[in-house]
Amino acid sequence: MIRPSIQARHALARLTLPVMVVTAFGLMLVGKVDTVLVERARIAVYDASAPIYAALAEPLGQMNRLVTEVVSLWGLRDENARLRDENEHLRRWQSIALTLDAENRRLKTALHWIPDPEASYVTARVVADAGGVYAKAVLLSVGPNHGLRKGQIALDERGLVGRITEVGRRTARVLLITDMNSRVPVILEGTHAHAILAGTNGPWPRLLYWSEGTVPKEGERVVTSAEADAFPANLPVGTVRYNANGVPEIEPDALLRDLDIVRIFDYGLSGFASPETPARPTQGHR
Amino acid sequence: MAQGDRFPGVRPHLTIGRRLDIAWRHAFPGTTSLLLMLLSVAHFGLWGQAALLPTVALTCVWFWSLFRPAAMAPPVTFLVGLLLDLLGFLPLGVGPLTMLATHGVAQGLRRFLSRQGFAVVWLIFTSVACGIAAMNWALVSLLTLSLVPAGPVLFQAGLAAAMYPAVAIPLTLAHRSFADPDLA
Repeated sequence: MIRPSIQARHALARLTLPVMVVTAFGLMLVGKVDTVLVERARIAVYDASAPIYAALAEPLGQMNRLVTEVVSLWGLRDENARLRDENEHLRRWQSIALTLDAENRRLKTALHWIPDPEASYVTARVVADAGGVYAKAVLLSVGPNHGLRKGQIALDERGLVGRITEVGRRTARVLLITDMNSRVPVILEGTHAHAILAGTNGPWPRLLYWSEGTVPKEGERVVTSAEADAFPANLPVGTVRYNANGVPEIEPDALLRDLDIVRIFDYGLSGFASPETPARPTQGHR
Repeated sequence: MAQGDRFPGVRPHLTIGRRLDIAWRHAFPGTTSLLLMLLSVAHFGLWGQAALLPTVALTCVWFWSLFRPAAMAPPVTFLVGLLLDLLGFLPLGVGPLTMLATHGVAQGLRRFLSRQGFAVVWLIFTSVACGIAAMNWALVSLLTLSLVPAGPVLFQAGLAAAMYPAVAIPLTLAHRSFADPDLA
């Protein structure tokens, strides 16, 4: 084997850094030209590392639960009193809800109401933070042949979490409603006024473009609207709160910071385009 | 300098175990950097966890470029940057460029910093982290053609500066013991 001289090796070593910098610029161009390829590469990396995350999910979950339990021990007495009050309050609401439910069913029967078809869902565990610094997203671990598609809706046990934007063989990425690229058509429940919920990357997404003359009220419930065929109607999103600058925001119902298990619903909707989808489809892909 | 070169003469025969040991010690910086990055995105449920991945990548590249540049050569640095892009959903190319810049700065300051104590290295690292955060922000803004918020990268720089000892101290211990090829 021919060994290069020491000088030649030094010269080669000095050249590596500039060559790599040029390659990085080249990579930048590739990233701009072929977004689909980049998206596939990302999800392939997450797919490949999914077993590590799946294995870590259980011990990490246990650790989190332990920490939560230890923290909650401090405020046990206050928490108990608060829960007792809340229980009392909810009991009253339960009796009202039962009466209304019975009345609703009676009225629907009288009107020969055709019920909405039940949406099918799968449950998946959140295994990694897949947002990076500039986005809010989570990675779900799903089994092979999961049948998930882009645009399906993710909910936790309380409310809307987000939408699926990328699907791999063993993983799926959910863009949260708090992401700055997320836009959700919503309805203010009190006034039935339409608005758009826009993520800011902060914990409270903002309300935009509500109808003239209907100002969102503090504490008003906000649900999804079926406009644009991206979401089904009436999924719980959150409640209105005003921030210090007087801007209406939403306190999400879903526990977006402590997501563990989410349900992915297939409502068979078509009006969805991922924020990463290129404006013009690239030839040779999809 | 290898241990054997300091004591010329008959060298022990390299068994497979010893070869593997040496190879592992050479590969330690790159491998652990990539593994730590993969682990840093696991679901810990921590507030501000998104900044953990760039922090780990930056600290590892800085540390190894400074103390073991042969093991954190530009191609390895490039790979770390690429994984940063893919895992961190950054526009492609931003990770490799910022990591190569870190490597370049560490290489340039190597002679000076080798004579300084931990605190000075930490201080210089803090300014490098701020510079890299600014570069990251500028590149992402340029590539997405929008002014992305600067808050997350400022937080990232702060976290990197604060977490430097937590990453660098275990790496120093490893570098001086089980990851040192000269001690194989």
